[in-house]
Amino acid sequence: MSWRELTFRDLLSAVSGVAMTVALCLVFLVAPREAIMGDVQRVFYFHVSAAWTGYLALLVAFLASLLYLLRREGRWDGVALSSVEIGLIFVTEGIISGSIWAKATWGAWWTWDPRLTTSAVLWLIYASYLTLRQAIEGETRRARLAAVYSVVGFVAVPINFMAIRWWRTVHPVVFERAGCHLSPAMLATLIFCVATFTLLYFTLLSYRLRLQRMSEQLQQLRR
Amino acid sequence: MGKVWAIILKDLALQRRSREMLNSMFIFALIVILVFSFSFELRVERVKQIAPGVLWVAFTFAGMLGLSRSFILESDQGCLDGLLLCPVDRSVIYFGKMLSNLLFISITEAIILPLYFALFNLPFKLLLLPIIVLGTVGFSAVGTLFSAMTVHVRAREVMLPILLFPIVMPALIAAVKLTGGILDGQAWSEMTHWLQLLVGFDVIFLAVSYMAFDYVVEE
Repeated sequence: MSWRELTFRDLLSAVSGVAMTVALCLVFLVAPREAIMGDVQRVFYFHVSAAWTGYLALLVAFLASLLYLLRREGRWDGVALSSVEIGLIFVTEGIISGSIWAKATWGAWWTWDPRLTTSAVLWLIYASYLTLRQAIEGETRRARLAAVYSVVGFVAVPINFMAIRWWRTVHPVVFERAGCHLSPAMLATLIFCVATFTLLYFTLLSYRLRLQRMSEQLQQLRR
Repeated sequence: MGKVWAIILKDLALQRRSREMLNSMFIFALIVILVFSFSFELRVERVKQIAPGVLWVAFTFAGMLGLSRSFILESDQGCLDGLLLCPVDRSVIYFGKMLSNLLFISITEAIILPLYFALFNLPFKLLLLPIIVLGTVGFSAVGTLFSAMTVHVRAREVMLPILLFPIVMPALIAAVKLTGGILDGQAWSEMTHWLQLLVGFDVIFLAVSYMAFDYVVEE
Protein backbone atom coordinates (compact mmCIF):
# COMPACT_ATOMS: atom_id res chain seq x y z
CA MET A 1 0.00 0.00 0.00
CA SER A 2 1.54 3.30 -1.02
CA TRP A 3 1.16 6.28 1.26
CA ARG A 4 -1.20 7.92 -1.26
CA GLU A 5 -3.89 5.40 -0.38
CA LEU A 6 -3.90 6.40 3.27
CA THR A 7 -7.28 7.72 4.32
CA PHE A 8 -8.16 10.29 6.90
CA ARG A 9 -9.24 7.42 9.10
CA ASP A 10 -5.79 5.85 8.98
CA LEU A 11 -4.27 9.17 9.97
CA LEU A 12 -6.77 9.46 12.83
CA SER A 13 -5.92 5.95 14.08
CA ALA A 14 -2.19 6.63 13.95
CA VAL A 15 -2.48 9.92 15.80
CA SER A 16 -4.73 8.49 18.51
CA GLY A 17 -2.40 5.50 18.89
CA VAL A 18 0.60 7.77 19.45
CA ALA A 19 -1.40 10.09 21.72
CA MET A 20 -2.55 7.15 23.84
CA THR A 21 1.04 6.01 24.33
CA VAL A 22 2.11 9.52 25.31
CA ALA A 23 -0.90 9.76 27.66
CA LEU A 24 0.14 6.54 29.42
CA CYS A 25 3.68 7.88 29.84
CA LEU A 26 2.34 11.14 31.23
CA VAL A 27 0.05 9.36 33.69
CA PHE A 28 2.64 6.92 35.03
CA LEU A 29 5.95 8.76 34.58
CA VAL A 30 5.41 12.49 34.44
CA ALA A 31 2.45 13.28 36.69
CA PRO A 32 3.57 13.63 40.32
CA ARG A 33 2.52 11.16 42.99
CA GLU A 34 -0.48 12.47 44.87
CA ALA A 35 0.44 13.32 48.48
CA ILE A 36 -2.51 11.75 50.30
CA MET A 37 -4.00 9.13 48.01
CA GLY A 38 -0.73 7.91 46.51
CA ASP A 39 -0.45 6.07 43.22
CA VAL A 40 -4.14 5.10 43.19
CA GLN A 41 -4.91 8.66 42.24
CA ARG A 42 -3.40 7.98 38.81
CA VAL A 43 -6.65 6.26 37.82
CA PHE A 44 -8.19 9.73 37.97
CA TYR A 45 -6.81 10.82 34.57
CA PHE A 46 -8.42 8.01 32.61
CA HIS A 47 -11.49 8.04 34.82
CA VAL A 48 -12.32 11.67 34.07
CA SER A 49 -11.42 11.25 30.40
CA ALA A 50 -13.64 8.18 29.97
CA ALA A 51 -16.58 9.83 31.73
CA TRP A 52 -16.21 13.02 29.72
CA THR A 53 -15.96 11.13 26.42
CA GLY A 54 -18.98 9.00 27.34
CA TYR A 55 -21.09 12.09 27.95
CA LEU A 56 -19.80 13.69 24.74
CA ALA A 57 -20.74 10.58 22.73
CA LEU A 58 -24.25 10.63 24.15
CA LEU A 59 -24.56 14.32 23.32
CA VAL A 60 -23.58 13.48 19.73
CA ALA A 61 -26.18 10.70 19.71
CA PHE A 62 -28.82 13.15 20.95
CA LEU A 63 -28.01 15.67 18.20
CA ALA A 64 -27.92 12.95 15.54
CA SER A 65 -31.32 11.65 16.72
CA LEU A 66 -32.80 15.16 16.53
CA LEU A 67 -31.39 15.55 13.03
CA TYR A 68 -32.84 12.19 12.05
CA LEU A 69 -36.32 13.20 13.23
CA LEU A 70 -36.09 16.48 11.33
CA ARG A 71 -34.41 15.31 8.11
CA ARG A 72 -35.19 11.56 7.95
CA GLU A 73 -31.82 10.61 6.52
CA GLY A 74 -30.69 7.11 7.46
CA ARG A 75 -27.10 8.14 8.07
CA TRP A 76 -28.08 10.19 11.14
CA ASP A 77 -29.62 7.10 12.65
CA GLY A 78 -26.33 5.33 11.97
CA VAL A 79 -24.42 8.09 13.76
CA ALA A 80 -26.79 7.95 16.73
CA LEU A 81 -26.52 4.17 17.08
CA SER A 82 -22.73 4.15 16.68
CA SER A 83 -22.29 6.98 19.15
CA VAL A 84 -24.53 5.34 21.77
CA GLU A 85 -22.60 2.07 21.48
CA ILE A 86 -19.24 3.80 21.92
CA GLY A 87 -20.57 6.15 24.58
CA LEU A 88 -21.92 3.26 26.61
CA ILE A 89 -18.48 1.62 26.60
CA PHE A 90 -16.82 4.83 27.82
CA VAL A 91 -19.47 5.36 30.51
CA THR A 92 -18.92 1.75 31.62
CA GLU A 93 -15.19 2.37 31.78
CA GLY A 94 -15.83 5.55 33.77
CA ILE A 95 -18.01 3.66 36.24
CA ILE A 96 -15.55 0.77 36.63
CA SER A 97 -12.46 2.97 37.04
CA GLY A 98 -14.41 5.21 39.42
CA SER A 99 -15.42 2.17 41.40
CA ILE A 100 -11.78 1.07 41.75
CA TRP A 101 -10.77 4.53 42.87
CA ALA A 102 -13.68 4.70 45.32
CA LYS A 103 -12.68 1.38 46.92
CA ALA A 104 -9.17 2.69 47.49
CA THR A 105 -10.10 6.12 48.85
CA TRP A 106 -13.61 5.91 50.33
CA GLY A 107 -13.37 2.22 51.28
CA ALA A 108 -16.40 1.10 49.27
CA TRP A 109 -16.90 -0.05 45.69
CA TRP A 110 -20.05 1.93 45.37
CA THR A 111 -21.52 4.95 47.09
CA TRP A 112 -24.84 6.56 46.26
CA ASP A 113 -23.12 9.73 45.23
CA PRO A 114 -24.88 11.97 42.66
CA ARG A 115 -22.45 11.59 39.81
CA LEU A 116 -22.08 7.85 40.30
CA THR A 117 -25.81 7.35 40.50
CA THR A 118 -26.51 9.63 37.54
CA SER A 119 -23.99 7.67 35.50
CA ALA A 120 -25.71 4.45 36.51
CA VAL A 121 -29.13 5.78 35.47
CA LEU A 122 -27.60 7.11 32.26
CA TRP A 123 -26.14 3.69 31.58
CA LEU A 124 -29.58 2.14 32.11
CA ILE A 125 -31.25 4.62 29.73
CA TYR A 126 -28.84 3.86 26.90
CA ALA A 127 -28.80 0.14 27.57
CA SER A 128 -32.60 0.37 27.22
CA TYR A 129 -32.08 2.26 23.97
CA LEU A 130 -30.07 -0.63 22.54
CA THR A 131 -32.60 -3.16 23.85
CA LEU A 132 -35.40 -1.18 22.23
CA ARG A 133 -33.66 -1.22 18.86
CA GLN A 134 -33.42 -5.00 18.96
CA ALA A 135 -37.13 -5.33 19.61
CA ILE A 136 -38.36 -3.28 16.64
CA GLU A 137 -38.90 -4.68 13.17
CA GLY A 138 -38.51 -2.52 10.10
CA GLU A 139 -35.64 -0.13 9.50
CA THR A 140 -37.44 3.20 9.38
CA ARG A 141 -39.66 2.38 12.33
CA ARG A 142 -36.64 1.29 14.35
CA ALA A 143 -34.78 4.46 13.45
CA ARG A 144 -37.73 6.70 14.27
CA LEU A 145 -38.72 5.16 17.63
CA ALA A 146 -35.09 4.86 18.73
CA ALA A 147 -34.52 8.52 17.87
CA VAL A 148 -37.53 9.55 19.96
CA TYR A 149 -36.23 7.52 22.90
CA SER A 150 -32.74 8.91 22.56
CA VAL A 151 -34.08 12.49 22.65
CA VAL A 152 -36.38 11.86 25.62
CA GLY A 153 -33.61 9.98 27.42
CA PHE A 154 -31.11 12.77 26.97
CA VAL A 155 -33.56 15.36 28.31
CA ALA A 156 -33.93 13.16 31.40
CA VAL A 157 -30.21 13.16 32.19
CA PRO A 158 -29.84 16.67 33.74
CA ILE A 159 -33.08 16.24 35.68
CA ASN A 160 -31.79 12.95 37.01
CA PHE A 161 -28.58 14.62 38.03
CA MET A 162 -30.42 17.33 39.94
CA ALA A 163 -32.67 14.84 41.68
CA ILE A 164 -29.78 12.70 42.75
CA ARG A 165 -27.54 15.60 43.75
CA TRP A 166 -29.88 16.59 46.55
CA TRP A 167 -29.14 13.41 48.42
CA ARG A 168 -25.62 13.86 49.66
CA THR A 169 -22.28 14.39 48.02
CA VAL A 170 -19.00 12.66 48.71
CA HIS A 171 -17.66 12.89 45.18
CA PRO A 172 -14.67 15.24 45.04
CA VAL A 173 -15.24 18.50 43.23
CA VAL A 174 -12.06 18.90 41.26
CA PHE A 175 -12.80 22.21 39.66
CA GLU A 176 -14.21 24.87 41.89
CA ARG A 177 -14.73 28.48 40.99
CA ALA A 178 -11.96 29.57 43.29
CA GLY A 179 -9.41 27.53 41.39
CA CYS A 180 -8.39 23.93 41.13
CA HIS A 181 -6.64 21.54 43.49
CA LEU A 182 -4.37 20.14 40.81
CA SER A 183 -0.71 20.92 40.37
CA PRO A 184 0.27 22.22 36.88
CA ALA A 185 1.78 18.87 35.84
CA MET A 186 -1.38 17.05 36.93
CA LEU A 187 -3.58 19.51 35.10
CA ALA A 188 -1.52 19.19 31.92
CA THR A 189 -1.74 15.39 32.11
CA LEU A 190 -5.49 15.56 32.63
CA ILE A 191 -6.04 17.87 29.67
CA PHE A 192 -3.87 15.68 27.47
CA CYS A 193 -5.76 12.55 28.53
CA VAL A 194 -9.15 14.16 27.89
CA ALA A 195 -8.02 15.28 24.44
CA THR A 196 -6.64 11.81 23.69
CA PHE A 197 -9.86 10.10 24.69
CA THR A 198 -11.87 12.55 22.61
CA LEU A 199 -9.65 11.75 19.65
CA LEU A 200 -10.06 8.03 20.33
CA TYR A 201 -13.82 8.52 20.34
CA PHE A 202 -13.78 10.07 16.87
CA THR A 203 -11.49 7.30 15.61
CA LEU A 204 -13.81 4.62 16.93
CA LEU A 205 -16.80 6.50 15.53
CA SER A 206 -15.29 6.61 12.05
CA TYR A 207 -14.63 2.85 12.14
CA ARG A 208 -18.09 2.14 13.50
CA LEU A 209 -19.69 4.28 10.78
CA ARG A 210 -17.72 2.45 8.12
CA LEU A 211 -19.00 -0.82 9.58
CA GLN A 212 -22.53 0.60 9.44
CA ARG A 213 -22.13 1.57 5.78
CA MET A 214 -20.72 -1.84 4.90
CA SER A 215 -23.54 -3.69 6.59
CA GLU A 216 -26.06 -1.52 4.74
CA GLN A 217 -24.34 -2.31 1.45
CA LEU A 218 -24.43 -5.98 2.31
CA GLN A 219 -28.15 -5.75 3.04
CA GLN A 220 -28.75 -4.15 -0.33
CA LEU A 221 -26.67 -6.75 -2.17
CA ARG A 222 -28.62 -9.57 -0.57
CA ARG A 223 -31.93 -8.24 -1.79
CA MET B 1 -61.15 20.17 24.69
CA GLY B 2 -64.45 18.47 23.82
CA LYS B 3 -62.50 16.06 21.63
CA VAL B 4 -60.11 15.19 24.44
CA TRP B 5 -63.13 14.53 26.62
CA ALA B 6 -64.61 12.20 23.97
CA ILE B 7 -61.50 10.01 24.07
CA ILE B 8 -61.63 9.88 27.87
CA LEU B 9 -65.34 8.93 27.75
CA LYS B 10 -64.56 6.20 25.21
CA ASP B 11 -61.93 4.69 27.54
CA LEU B 12 -64.28 5.01 30.51
CA ALA B 13 -67.08 3.21 28.64
CA LEU B 14 -64.62 0.45 27.74
CA GLN B 15 -63.55 0.04 31.34
CA ARG B 16 -67.11 0.18 32.64
CA ARG B 17 -67.92 -2.83 30.49
CA SER B 18 -64.89 -4.99 31.14
CA ARG B 19 -63.12 -3.52 34.21
CA GLU B 20 -60.20 -5.68 33.10
CA MET B 21 -57.58 -2.99 33.59
CA LEU B 22 -58.81 -1.47 36.84
CA ASN B 23 -59.26 -4.83 38.54
CA SER B 24 -55.81 -6.08 37.68
CA MET B 25 -54.17 -2.78 38.63
CA PHE B 26 -55.87 -2.72 42.02
CA ILE B 27 -55.07 -6.32 42.88
CA PHE B 28 -51.48 -5.95 41.73
CA ALA B 29 -50.94 -2.80 43.82
CA LEU B 30 -52.32 -4.61 46.85
CA ILE B 31 -50.01 -7.56 46.23
CA VAL B 32 -47.00 -5.25 45.95
CA ILE B 33 -47.82 -3.63 49.31
CA LEU B 34 -48.28 -7.01 50.98
CA VAL B 35 -45.11 -8.48 49.48
CA PHE B 36 -43.13 -5.49 50.67
CA SER B 37 -44.53 -5.60 54.18
CA PHE B 38 -43.78 -9.30 54.46
CA SER B 39 -40.27 -9.06 53.07
CA PHE B 40 -39.20 -6.00 55.08
CA GLU B 41 -41.03 -6.61 58.37
CA LEU B 42 -38.25 -8.74 59.83
CA ARG B 43 -35.37 -6.38 59.27
CA VAL B 44 -36.75 -2.87 59.45
CA GLU B 45 -37.26 -1.51 62.97
CA ARG B 46 -39.77 1.17 62.15
CA VAL B 47 -42.07 0.34 59.30
CA LYS B 48 -42.60 4.06 58.78
CA GLN B 49 -39.12 4.28 57.28
CA ILE B 50 -39.99 2.18 54.27
CA ALA B 51 -43.65 3.22 53.95
CA PRO B 52 -43.19 6.04 51.37
CA GLY B 53 -41.10 3.84 49.11
CA VAL B 54 -43.58 0.98 49.32
CA LEU B 55 -46.43 3.30 48.38
CA TRP B 56 -44.70 4.60 45.27
CA VAL B 57 -43.44 1.22 44.15
CA ALA B 58 -47.01 -0.05 44.40
CA PHE B 59 -48.33 2.94 42.45
CA THR B 60 -45.75 2.77 39.69
CA PHE B 61 -45.91 -1.01 39.27
CA ALA B 62 -49.70 -0.95 39.12
CA GLY B 63 -49.58 2.08 36.83
CA MET B 64 -47.25 0.18 34.55
CA LEU B 65 -49.84 -2.57 34.16
CA GLY B 66 -52.46 -0.01 33.16
CA LEU B 67 -50.14 1.78 30.76
CA SER B 68 -49.07 -1.41 29.04
CA ARG B 69 -52.72 -2.19 28.27
CA SER B 70 -53.59 1.37 27.27
CA PHE B 71 -52.53 1.26 23.63
CA ILE B 72 -52.66 -2.51 23.16
CA LEU B 73 -56.40 -2.35 23.76
CA GLU B 74 -56.53 0.21 20.97
CA SER B 75 -54.46 -1.77 18.51
CA ASP B 76 -56.18 -5.12 19.10
CA GLN B 77 -59.22 -4.48 16.91
CA GLY B 78 -57.65 -1.83 14.70
CA CYS B 79 -59.01 0.87 16.99
CA LEU B 80 -55.74 2.77 16.92
CA ASP B 81 -55.95 3.22 13.15
CA GLY B 82 -59.49 4.50 13.54
CA LEU B 83 -58.39 6.89 16.24
CA LEU B 84 -55.52 8.17 14.12
CA LEU B 85 -57.82 8.62 11.12
CA CYS B 86 -60.12 10.86 13.16
CA PRO B 87 -60.03 14.44 11.91
CA VAL B 88 -58.38 15.67 15.10
CA ASP B 89 -54.93 16.88 15.97
CA ARG B 90 -52.48 14.23 17.24
CA SER B 91 -52.06 16.25 20.43
CA VAL B 92 -55.77 15.69 21.16
CA ILE B 93 -55.17 11.94 21.03
CA TYR B 94 -52.12 12.26 23.27
CA PHE B 95 -53.85 14.35 25.89
CA GLY B 96 -57.00 12.21 25.72
CA LYS B 97 -55.06 9.01 26.32
CA MET B 98 -52.81 10.64 28.88
CA LEU B 99 -55.77 11.94 30.90
CA SER B 100 -57.60 8.63 30.74
CA ASN B 101 -54.46 6.83 31.93
CA LEU B 102 -54.12 9.42 34.68
CA LEU B 103 -57.76 8.84 35.64
CA PHE B 104 -57.43 5.05 35.84
CA ILE B 105 -54.20 5.16 37.81
CA SER B 106 -55.76 7.74 40.16
CA ILE B 107 -58.83 5.56 40.72
CA THR B 108 -56.56 2.65 41.64
CA GLU B 109 -54.57 4.92 43.96
CA ALA B 110 -57.74 6.19 45.61
CA ILE B 111 -58.78 2.63 46.46
CA ILE B 112 -55.30 1.59 47.58
CA LEU B 113 -54.58 4.63 49.75
CA PRO B 114 -56.99 3.92 52.67
CA LEU B 115 -55.85 0.28 52.75
CA TYR B 116 -52.23 1.43 52.81
CA PHE B 117 -52.80 3.75 55.77
CA ALA B 118 -54.60 0.95 57.61
CA LEU B 119 -51.97 -1.71 56.87
CA PHE B 120 -49.04 0.50 57.86
CA ASN B 121 -50.94 2.12 60.71
CA LEU B 122 -50.10 5.65 59.58
CA PRO B 123 -52.02 8.88 60.23
CA PHE B 124 -53.76 10.20 57.13
CA LYS B 125 -52.36 13.49 55.81
CA LEU B 126 -54.45 15.49 53.36
CA LEU B 127 -51.33 17.17 51.94
CA LEU B 128 -50.33 13.84 50.46
CA LEU B 129 -53.05 14.04 47.81
CA PRO B 130 -51.57 16.86 45.69
CA ILE B 131 -48.17 15.14 45.82
CA ILE B 132 -49.69 11.89 44.61
CA VAL B 133 -51.47 13.74 41.79
CA LEU B 134 -48.23 15.49 40.75
CA GLY B 135 -46.24 12.26 40.80
CA THR B 136 -48.92 10.44 38.82
CA VAL B 137 -49.12 13.22 36.21
CA GLY B 138 -45.38 12.94 35.49
CA PHE B 139 -45.56 9.16 35.40
CA SER B 140 -48.52 9.05 33.00
CA ALA B 141 -47.13 11.84 30.80
CA VAL B 142 -44.04 9.79 29.90
CA GLY B 143 -45.90 6.49 30.26
CA THR B 144 -48.50 7.36 27.63
CA LEU B 145 -45.78 8.23 25.12
CA PHE B 146 -43.90 4.98 25.70
CA SER B 147 -47.11 2.98 25.76
CA ALA B 148 -47.83 4.23 22.24
CA MET B 149 -44.22 3.52 21.30
CA THR B 150 -44.23 -0.12 22.43
CA VAL B 151 -47.40 -1.07 20.49
CA HIS B 152 -45.32 -2.08 17.49
CA VAL B 153 -42.45 -3.56 19.46
CA ARG B 154 -41.68 -7.20 20.12
CA ALA B 155 -42.04 -8.31 23.78
CA ARG B 156 -43.84 -5.03 24.49
CA GLU B 157 -44.91 -5.92 28.04
CA VAL B 158 -41.25 -6.24 28.97
CA MET B 159 -40.08 -3.24 26.96
CA LEU B 160 -42.39 -0.69 28.60
CA PRO B 161 -40.92 -0.95 32.14
CA ILE B 162 -37.37 -1.08 30.74
CA LEU B 163 -37.96 2.14 28.82
CA LEU B 164 -40.04 3.93 31.42
CA PHE B 165 -38.33 3.38 34.77
CA PRO B 166 -34.94 5.00 34.06
CA ILE B 167 -36.69 8.10 32.70
CA VAL B 168 -39.19 8.56 35.56
CA MET B 169 -36.52 8.00 38.22
CA PRO B 170 -36.32 11.73 39.19
CA ALA B 171 -40.11 12.00 39.61
CA LEU B 172 -40.05 8.85 41.71
CA ILE B 173 -37.24 10.13 43.94
CA ALA B 174 -38.96 13.49 44.44
CA ALA B 175 -42.35 11.89 45.14
CA VAL B 176 -40.88 9.47 47.69
CA LYS B 177 -38.94 12.27 49.41
CA LEU B 178 -42.04 14.48 49.61
CA THR B 179 -44.24 11.63 50.84
CA GLY B 180 -41.70 10.76 53.51
CA GLY B 181 -41.36 14.40 54.52
CA ILE B 182 -45.10 14.86 54.88
CA LEU B 183 -45.52 11.62 56.84
CA ASP B 184 -42.71 12.71 59.20
CA GLY B 185 -44.24 16.17 59.55
CA GLN B 186 -41.21 17.97 58.12
CA ALA B 187 -41.32 21.73 57.53
CA TRP B 188 -42.23 22.80 53.99
CA SER B 189 -39.13 24.93 53.67
CA GLU B 190 -37.03 21.75 53.74
CA MET B 191 -38.99 20.18 50.92
CA THR B 192 -39.64 22.99 48.45
CA HIS B 193 -36.78 21.95 46.18
CA TRP B 194 -38.30 18.48 45.82
CA LEU B 195 -41.66 20.04 45.00
CA GLN B 196 -40.00 22.26 42.39
CA LEU B 197 -38.27 19.25 40.90
CA LEU B 198 -41.54 17.28 40.70
CA VAL B 199 -43.45 20.17 39.12
CA GLY B 200 -40.52 20.84 36.76
CA PHE B 201 -40.44 17.18 35.73
CA ASP B 202 -44.20 17.25 35.02
CA VAL B 203 -43.99 20.40 32.91
CA ILE B 204 -40.88 19.36 30.95
CA PHE B 205 -42.06 15.85 30.22
CA LEU B 206 -45.62 16.85 29.35
CA ALA B 207 -44.12 19.20 26.77
CA VAL B 208 -41.52 16.70 25.48
CA SER B 209 -44.01 13.81 25.29
CA TYR B 210 -46.58 15.99 23.56
CA MET B 211 -44.02 17.01 20.94
CA ALA B 212 -42.61 13.50 20.53
CA PHE B 213 -46.04 11.83 20.26
CA ASP B 214 -46.44 13.01 16.64
CA TYR B 215 -43.32 11.11 15.65
CA VAL B 216 -44.35 7.97 17.51
CA VAL B 217 -47.79 7.44 15.95
CA GLU B 218 -46.73 8.50 12.46
CA GLU B 219 -47.69 5.34 10.55
